[in-house]
Amino acid sequence: MNFDNISRRHLLLGTAALGLGATLPLGSARAATTTIGFIYVGSRDDYGYNQAHAAGAAALKKMAGIKVVEEEKVPETDAVEKTMESMINLDGATLLFPTSFGYYNPHMLKMAVKFPKLRFEHCGGLWSEKDPKNAGSYFGYIDESQYVAGVIAGHMSKSGKLGFVAAKPIPQVLRNINAWTLGAKLANPNITTQVIFTGDWSMPVKEAEATNSLIDQGVDVITCHVDGPKTVVENAARRGAMVTGYHVNQAVLAPKAYLTGAEWNWEVLYPRFAKMFTSGETIPNFYRGGLKEEIVKVSPYGAMVPEAARKQADDVKAKLTAGNYVIFKGPIADNKGKVVIAANVSRGQTDPELEKMDYLVEGVVGATS
Amino acid sequence: MKADVGKPLAAFGVGELLRLPPFGQKFGGAAEYVVIPALALFGSMVLFGIFVALFGKSPLDLYFYMYQGAFGTWFSCQNTLTRAAPLILTALCTALPAQLGMVIIGGEGALLIGALAATGAALVLPWAPPLAVDVAMAIAGMAGGGLWIMLSGALRHYRGVNETISSLLLVYIALAILNFLVEGPMRDPTSLNKPSTREIGAANMIGSIPGTDVHWGFVFGIIAAVLSYILIYHTVFGFAARVAGGNIRAAKVVGLSVGKLILIICFLAGAAAGLAGMFEVAAVQGRANANLAAGYGFAGILVAFLARQNPLAVIPVAILLGGINASGGLLQRRLDLPDASVLVLQGMIFVMVLASDTLYGRWSIFKGKAS
Amino acid sequence: MTGPGDIGLWTIPVAVLGGAVRVSTPFLFVSLGECITERSGRINLGLEGTLVMGAMAGYGISYLTGSPWLGVLAAGITGVGMGALHAGICGLPRVNDIAVGIALMLFGVGLAFFLGKPLIEPTAPRLPSIDLGWWTDIPQLHAALRINVLFLIGVALAPVLVWALRTTRWGLIIRTAGESADAALSMGYSVNLIRLRATMFGGFLAGIGGSFLSLYYPGSWNEGLSSGQGITAVALVIFARWNPMLCLGASILFGGAAALGPALQSVGYSHGYHLFNAAPYILTLLIMIATCSPKRTLIGAPAELSITR
Repeated sequence: MNFDNISRRHLLLGTAALGLGATLPLGSARAATTTIGFIYVGSRDDYGYNQAHAAGAAALKKMAGIKVVEEEKVPETDAVEKTMESMINLDGATLLFPTSFGYYNPHMLKMAVKFPKLRFEHCGGLWSEKDPKNAGSYFGYIDESQYVAGVIAGHMSKSGKLGFVAAKPIPQVLRNINAWTLGAKLANPNITTQVIFTGDWSMPVKEAEATNSLIDQGVDVITCHVDGPKTVVENAARRGAMVTGYHVNQAVLAPKAYLTGAEWNWEVLYPRFAKMFTSGETIPNFYRGGLKEEIVKVSPYGAMVPEAARKQADDVKAKLTAGNYVIFKGPIADNKGKVVIAANVSRGQTDPELEKMDYLVEGVVGATS
Repeated sequence: MKADVGKPLAAFGVGELLRLPPFGQKFGGAAEYVVIPALALFGSMVLFGIFVALFGKSPLDLYFYMYQGAFGTWFSCQNTLTRAAPLILTALCTALPAQLGMVIIGGEGALLIGALAATGAALVLPWAPPLAVDVAMAIAGMAGGGLWIMLSGALRHYRGVNETISSLLLVYIALAILNFLVEGPMRDPTSLNKPSTREIGAANMIGSIPGTDVHWGFVFGIIAAVLSYILIYHTVFGFAARVAGGNIRAAKVVGLSVGKLILIICFLAGAAAGLAGMFEVAAVQGRANANLAAGYGFAGILVAFLARQNPLAVIPVAILLGGINASGGLLQRRLDLPDASVLVLQGMIFVMVLASDTLYGRWSIFKGKAS
Repeated sequence: MTGPGDIGLWTIPVAVLGGAVRVSTPFLFVSLGECITERSGRINLGLEGTLVMGAMAGYGISYLTGSPWLGVLAAGITGVGMGALHAGICGLPRVNDIAVGIALMLFGVGLAFFLGKPLIEPTAPRLPSIDLGWWTDIPQLHAALRINVLFLIGVALAPVLVWALRTTRWGLIIRTAGESADAALSMGYSVNLIRLRATMFGGFLAGIGGSFLSLYYPGSWNEGLSSGQGITAVALVIFARWNPMLCLGASILFGGAAALGPALQSVGYSHGYHLFNAAPYILTLLIMIATCSPKRTLIGAPAELSITR
């Protein structure tokens, strides 16, 4: 990094007399290096969503011939278009990872059309044939990890009541809630999950209130789907409840209460993408995977988890990793009594119907609207 | 105990050199309004440079990147102007009521309500030609935003509720309404993972100024600012507003209908912010969703205060602030400074400009011959 | 779905009670502090910035020293500094204090985020709570009655401030400065100095209120910690008619309203939860509309306060 500063200072002095304002294609000085740009919607160290991506970016930084530029707290407005363009123009980035859902349409797509020779990879978006070919979307079936975590939660809950603090009732969140509950039911068929929606991705006071409300209701194992699970994990642990984590491993925040967790494995996926990109291989436009493809993982079990629970969870995990287990296998009814997956229907992870999920399964207390 | 900077300088004979030529002395008073804020701006940049140096970064690098990020290349300039576009309009939302002596900080709320109204207008007119749809969106946006701020003004006039606080509370309420509508009644069923309204349609989108990447909202912002300036400083209505702003009792004594002034000015202020909301939907997002709440309203407050509530001055100040925001990304990537450093700088500028208020009328250099 | 410890619909009032205690504490401290500041004739809208700076400083010092109480003290001192900055700038002639408040809000928040970046990940020692619910078997009530010492200090502070304003010499001086700067001058006091001290005191309390957020509830530092609580507390002062006891009542009311949304959801009523999230703000607005009138607007308002002019 020091080299950058020195060369820039020389430039400053040298061009001061001529007047500043020249732009420099800084990337071209090191033609052998590929510059990859990362854009985060929040802070990199939120112990949650953005930190997971940053961990993936950190894995890239260790690779030879790869340079990573990052920018955080970029809102989902035309600001992100400018950020991407800035990374392309001033940093010479050729592969970009705008990591927040709302960056996809229209912002990333606009940039993909404008720079047809560069590659844009989006986390969570739904790429379809009418989108540009140099754009791609990837995502992990983290509900598989939540399913395994749910098994542990089901075993550990003494009251038979679980709690879920969720941001918004969108399909990706509902899928997690349902998977967690279905996993818990393997351990305890009568288990219930109480859901509270806070309304937005990052609202610490509301998340703390929700956690306390749930525990007041008798819930003793909690998980969440918010951008920064730190608040939920710490508040639950303080009230004596147990938690399963989300996004990254939060065990260090609550060592006595952390059972396990559903984590992203971007540290494996991003180097995979980078290798494909630098070797000229095309990254598939629609890339999805779960435990089998190593895009997601399950946190190590806490010390308090007994042998029986571990065994069942490991068993399920092995089946999911082998790829011959279906979580959303009929008959499944929603919590209003309607059958949402019929008895002979088996929805595998890649089933597009699952991306439109709008129900909560039986056993979940709460409503999607 | 006024500090007279002029005297010691004069003692050194510098005064003679510094005294403005006769032509300049005529405008000496007006020059204050440019020089003093400029000094404050310069001072805050120096202060920020020192602040950043405390964390081990080079101030020279800082200034270089800020320049490069804001104005250094054609791309940077466009980046700056794009960010400045909504700020001009939301600044008017604070600057206009300020003429009446009211401090309204509810631009964010008016922007959101205006954006919702504009989206609604577009969605009920899918069969109309694009120009008609855009005009309808503009009218709806302005009406929505205008009514929202007018509410704050009405509460002040009829119930005596402090408008600063009511306009801020209305921001949070507008945010809740936005979330409620976008995730509920106005939701597009296919916008699964990012609740949004339906798209207004590519044909209805407002494009960019030809040859640039900057959308037309920038031009309309300038038009609105110029019109506001003419209204306030060159019409009877504007004069009446300024009289009422100076001394409400005197205005009432003279027979000015203060209530009418308040309601109309608040409506115009809200209409400006509502128009900004409409452009965010029509030129940037293409639909309404939570991304609209990006803080443009709050940034507009800053612009208005820095521009001393003068509608024309809002334009260069908005561009300046747009430039600062635009350079933020480069500061993050090159100097490893957190995103919040832009906030710190803006805060410093704001504080310095306000503190420099006290310097007006103190320096005899500006006082002309008879000092 | 009844089970042991399930108290059915009683959960809602119990949760509101718990929330009223938990969530109200920052409002309580900020509004009490602002009450004194405004009584002296100055309005400090920058308390949002002070609150966030206090939260950051408290968390940071608690993490570095291992003692949350030192963190609270550090937060208070940071608040004093911010208050002094506000008063110092407003003391200059021709400076608009409402604008300065907004500027310091921006500056304070930006500075707190900037300096607090390294504090987002680590966990700092937290403030302890006092168990006032030992007498009950019902877990929900027990939890609601687990109160933090700061809340009790705040509750005790309110009547103390009422008494101090009414009977002590300092109270009289502050009120004089707030009612008539000329009268204070003629008594031989520097109005600026009085307001400086009042603003510093207000900042001190606001900083402590901020430390409650990061050191107790929600109990961690991040950039979404305050959602306009500082500014809303200033609104509370106005509709509490500058009376510290009413500030206490208003803060508790507000805290209860903020807990209503999650409480209703936890018993299964989740329709329209966004609007419930806005409940505190709607409530504040409605109360302000109901209690103000154009004639008697600001009865009880210190005459020197710039918003009354």
